[in-house]
Amino acid sequence: MEAVDLGLWSVPLAVFAGAIRVSTPFLFVSLGECLTERSGRINLGLEGTLVFGAMSGYAVSYLTGSAWLGVLVAGLAGSLFGLLHALICNMPKVNDIALGIALMMLGTGLAFFLGKNYIQPQAPNLPAISLGSWSDLAPVRSALEINALFIIGLILVPSLIFFLNHTRWGLMLRTVGDSEDAARAIGFSVKGVRTFSTMAGGFLAGVGGSFLSLYYPGSWSEGLSSGQGITAVALVIFARWNPLYCFYASLLFGGAGALGPALQAVGITSGYYLFNAAPYILTLIIMIFSSSSTHRFAGAPGELSVTR
Amino acid sequence: MTISARTLGAIEALFIPLLAILISMILFAVFVWIAGSSPADVFALMYKGAFGTSFSIENTLQRAAPLILAALCTALPAHLGMVIIGGEGALVIGGLSAAGIALTLPSGSSPLMIQTVMILSGMLMGGLWIGASGFLRHVRGVNETISSLLLSYIAIAILNHMVSGPLRDPSSLNKPSTRPIGDENMIGSIPGMDVHWGLVMGIIFCACAYVLMYRTTFGFSARMVGGNVRAAAMSGLPVGRLLVITCVIAGAAAGLAGAVEVAAVHGAANAPFAAGYGYTGILIAFLARQNPLAIIPVAILMAGIDASGGLLQRRLDLPDATVYVLQGIIFIVILACETLFGRFNIFQPKETA
Repeated sequence: MEAVDLGLWSVPLAVFAGAIRVSTPFLFVSLGECLTERSGRINLGLEGTLVFGAMSGYAVSYLTGSAWLGVLVAGLAGSLFGLLHALICNMPKVNDIALGIALMMLGTGLAFFLGKNYIQPQAPNLPAISLGSWSDLAPVRSALEINALFIIGLILVPSLIFFLNHTRWGLMLRTVGDSEDAARAIGFSVKGVRTFSTMAGGFLAGVGGSFLSLYYPGSWSEGLSSGQGITAVALVIFARWNPLYCFYASLLFGGAGALGPALQAVGITSGYYLFNAAPYILTLIIMIFSSSSTHRFAGAPGELSVTR
Repeated sequence: MTISARTLGAIEALFIPLLAILISMILFAVFVWIAGSSPADVFALMYKGAFGTSFSIENTLQRAAPLILAALCTALPAHLGMVIIGGEGALVIGGLSAAGIALTLPSGSSPLMIQTVMILSGMLMGGLWIGASGFLRHVRGVNETISSLLLSYIAIAILNHMVSGPLRDPSSLNKPSTRPIGDENMIGSIPGMDVHWGLVMGIIFCACAYVLMYRTTFGFSARMVGGNVRAAAMSGLPVGRLLVITCVIAGAAAGLAGAVEVAAVHGAANAPFAAGYGYTGILIAFLARQNPLAIIPVAILMAGIDASGGLLQRRLDLPDATVYVLQGIIFIVILACETLFGRFNIFQPKETA
């Protein structure tokens, strides 16, 4: 096979491949946060959960040799953080936003503390699925190496939509999120439902974190997350608490995040750091245009504190 | 003997955070013990590293200066019911602009002039940064918690861009940095101790913030907005102006912290000058229950914990993240203890029958 120089065409290709790669953690965190916020609570601590998931997933993969076991443990660790958030928020007078910030600090601190020994060694990574074998072009083939977690995330999107809109449990979750009083009147356990949804959200955020350390960039370091967790929380608001929109938004953010490295690869290095800020600038612009000071968000869960 | 309800409230506001710190210490001791170190050794070393010698006290006070100012960045908007967590961004942008302007001033400028301009530009840029969050909150209803954090990441990206590009000192090889502002232009120490003037600036800023929030009409109006936005708007208060002005003052505090870090400690803007002070500031503000005067002692305590991290690492081979774990535990326990307010009967005023 001859080496083909794609020139500037490699930029959109790299952005496409990067969008899938970079969007995967956004996708998992935003789906998890979507579930949590639909039950009327916001967990800003998912940034810490993401970092802890990355560390624990990598450590388990290194110790056991199984990357998938790492993903599972990262998810379980994430759901423990979710449980902690839920239990403390279940007590009266506790502010869920502030507690999220506290958990962000604790999760990051614990990950750095426990992760010191795993910065050097190489752990087995997650597999990728090649969808590009039809092409002769090496860049196209490498762009179509789709990671397995992205595909799981892809399956998760319709599953969550079905869960929220067509199951009894989904209805219960939405009721709790829209009106505590109505949920109590029916006899639902408000605290129980929120505990479940925060734990589930934490699980997904932990899995999203394990992607960072086990696939891309593919190793554990302290600078691994640069705010993907918190950006994903903002993204849920922009996605109007709809899992399908979360998916689109994640791809958009992934593309924005991939722009800097893609340009760097073709030699445009000036402004590299500014391009790295693209997802944050994009989030901010989108929030400015999609928010309103006079109307509540369409589709916002009624009990959610951030939108009040 | 009857104690007034106000005094009882103050005692309660002191007792519950102290209880929370005690609980956090116990939890941290368990954590350290599980991690294989002796809690007694860790606490002894932390005390030594924070307040044990005159050197460590000076080191602690030196770190307290930016923390006091960063905490104000969260505490002031909190009086209006806003949760601002972007102090780090204001600090970074303030420090960067201070360094940038110091390097563009003509070389013959007097040090005092350079320092004044640095401080003003740091405060201005920090004020604009957090002011933007307040403005967006008022005009577009954008959640200020998230927007301020996003602005932080943007500020850090701008810092990285400037110090590795346009403002880069060619002689800084591995650690990109701006050119130094020059030793003669740096802010000096308080006479008699090895602590720079930033500490005094922080304390003055806190005192002014306290007077502003609790002794002026502006502060009264601001706290009314925090109590009930609709009621405040109905009674004709300029809610938007109050929000934006408070955010600008808060951002100016954090921007000043950044400018002082550059002008008194690092002598140039570079990646490590921010050092997460903005994030610790959030914790301090909550621990101090958003009271500007309470911020001073709490910031000194947290600065001590921060300062002892290095000693723990050298002596007990504990990771420097140990202090983050302690800070995280304190933060969570403090918030969980909010639920205790009003639960203790001894703190409730006696009904006069």
